[in-house]
Amino acid sequence: MSTLITWLRDPNPASRLQSKLGQSYLSWLRLRRNPLAMIGLTISLALVLMALFAPLLAPHDPIAQELSRRLLPPGTAGNWLGTDDFGRDILSRIIFGSRITLYIVLLVILTAPVVGLIIGTIAGYFGGWTDEILMRITDIFLAFPKLILALALVAVLGPGMENAVLAIALTSWPPYARVARAETLTVRNSDYIAAVKLQGAGAARVIWGHVMPMCLPSVIIRVTLDMAGVILTAAGLGFLGLGVQPPLPEWGLMISAGRKFLFEQWWVATMPGLAIFIVSLGFNLLGDGLRDVLDPRSTSK
Amino acid sequence: MEPASLPAEPSRLARLLRQLGATAFSLFITFIGLLAVTFVISRVVPIDPVTSILGNRASQAQIDDAREALGLNDPTYMQFGIYLRDTLRGDLGTSIRTREPVLKEVGQRFPATLELATLATLLGVLIGLPAGVIAATRPGSLYDQAVRLIGLMGYSMPVFWLGLIGLLLFYGTLGWVGGPGRLDAVYQMSYDFEVTQYTGMIMLDTALNGRWDMFANAFSHIILPAGILAYISMAYISRMTRSFMMNELGQEYITTARVKGMPERRVVWVHALKNVMVPLITVIALSYAYLLEGAVLTETIFAWPGLGSYITDALQVADMPAVLGGTVVVGVAYIGLNMLSDLLYRLVDPRART
Repeated sequence: MSTLITWLRDPNPASRLQSKLGQSYLSWLRLRRNPLAMIGLTISLALVLMALFAPLLAPHDPIAQELSRRLLPPGTAGNWLGTDDFGRDILSRIIFGSRITLYIVLLVILTAPVVGLIIGTIAGYFGGWTDEILMRITDIFLAFPKLILALALVAVLGPGMENAVLAIALTSWPPYARVARAETLTVRNSDYIAAVKLQGAGAARVIWGHVMPMCLPSVIIRVTLDMAGVILTAAGLGFLGLGVQPPLPEWGLMISAGRKFLFEQWWVATMPGLAIFIVSLGFNLLGDGLRDVLDPRSTSK
Repeated sequence: MEPASLPAEPSRLARLLRQLGATAFSLFITFIGLLAVTFVISRVVPIDPVTSILGNRASQAQIDDAREALGLNDPTYMQFGIYLRDTLRGDLGTSIRTREPVLKEVGQRFPATLELATLATLLGVLIGLPAGVIAATRPGSLYDQAVRLIGLMGYSMPVFWLGLIGLLLFYGTLGWVGGPGRLDAVYQMSYDFEVTQYTGMIMLDTALNGRWDMFANAFSHIILPAGILAYISMAYISRMTRSFMMNELGQEYITTARVKGMPERRVVWVHALKNVMVPLITVIALSYAYLLEGAVLTETIFAWPGLGSYITDALQVADMPAVLGGTVVVGVAYIGLNMLSDLLYRLVDPRART
């Protein structure tokens, strides 16, 4: 262990890998000093573990109905967070719901940032008319009210998880394009890019191999900060009945189902909301901490 | 330093005019883009507009006539041209559900949303701005951490859930506020018939009419949804204020002011704040625009008869002209506010004029 740490902290790294890992190690040390970020990291890891081991953790089947045990209050033996109007265990539904939430978040962060990265780097690298046209399109999407555009898209595509993901991805790529373009502009004229070009590399190779990696850190920070937003939008669509469809245990959908008897059986609507809140807060705390560590501009202040 | 002989004024005016022109042009392009998107959405909709008008028992000849009359046989670019022309004339189509023009219905709903978003932004600025300034003067302190955490919590809460909790607590359990809707049923009748409706914003109208009892009732209904939206906007405003203020307090003129022996309170609240106000205008305008659309879910929870609930109600019955018309109106308000903040920024900040 201690030899690994000395290897990581070696001021004269012998290989590119060692230098990179050493940098990450130093960032990790800085992140570890931020208690809020560590809480965020714990929550995020807990979500992943919960989703992976849902069948082992959940005491009940999330979909099986048991009408004799409907609307039991929290604290009932066997149903610690109570049951809903079909007698389904709320805790089990929340645990299985984490899979849906994580699935949506993963799909969105695997598409929107990639699209934004491609558009932003191309616009920044070529400049001129390409830049003008691509950025104008980006601005149009940026000027759109996001949630309403997502609503309209789902309305025509039809409700469902995949369409909700598509709608969220289509409305969330522009900020990534902006970030990637700004980063590209700062490296476009640097010597190492000129050197690669002199070696005869084409535009595609320069962008893919030498510009995009430079944009990645800022994009990753943005992704972490956006994850909470994705969760909230997905839950909002589910709440309006436009996202994941019943009987799947999606958290927003569960809130909407519990709304009918909010004043009598408050736990049905409030428990899943608590789950959304805790998970989004976790991602936000982590993203905030990561930005402080990785973004040189914010640490200098 | 510019030579004194150069006439500075006309060139500045010309530059401002050129920027105005550029802003207007990009506003126009963005508007066309908005319409292009809603047009594409309306064309891929799986509902056949002809069937929705004629029903499914119409003869082939009737269907052909209707297709021709609706312009569905024209090439796509011409259809877009017609859509563009109609929209610019204020024709947003007819709601399938009510058979009323969408523009008229949206006009009736807009004041409710405007009232909600305006009050929420006011509250958000009144709380968020001082909170951010104080946090910036004591970075790292317990107070700073608290503001940061409360702000992050605002970013993380599903607004519809917060609304439900608010209703449960303040309306259901404590009974401190009015419930869903803009007024009690009793007052709703007398608002419709006894009050001159200047603006459609109930609090403003009742105040202008001197009906303070009704004003109080309207306030008890609006304060909970507005407070919840204000929390979201406060989270954003306090965070941005803190970051701008931190930057400003590190400037040399602040050190100079302190060295001169100026009281710290004056340095912070007058000298630094004055310069921070410029970028803050943009932030406030953005959060206002965001609330106009963020009201969608809140309005659903509070049965608030605004634009947001208009769009979601229309969604439930697949009334696409109403959905898209509402989208266009919110989009235009959004674009307009964005451009306005950009313009204000340039007018107020001399550094942005170059």
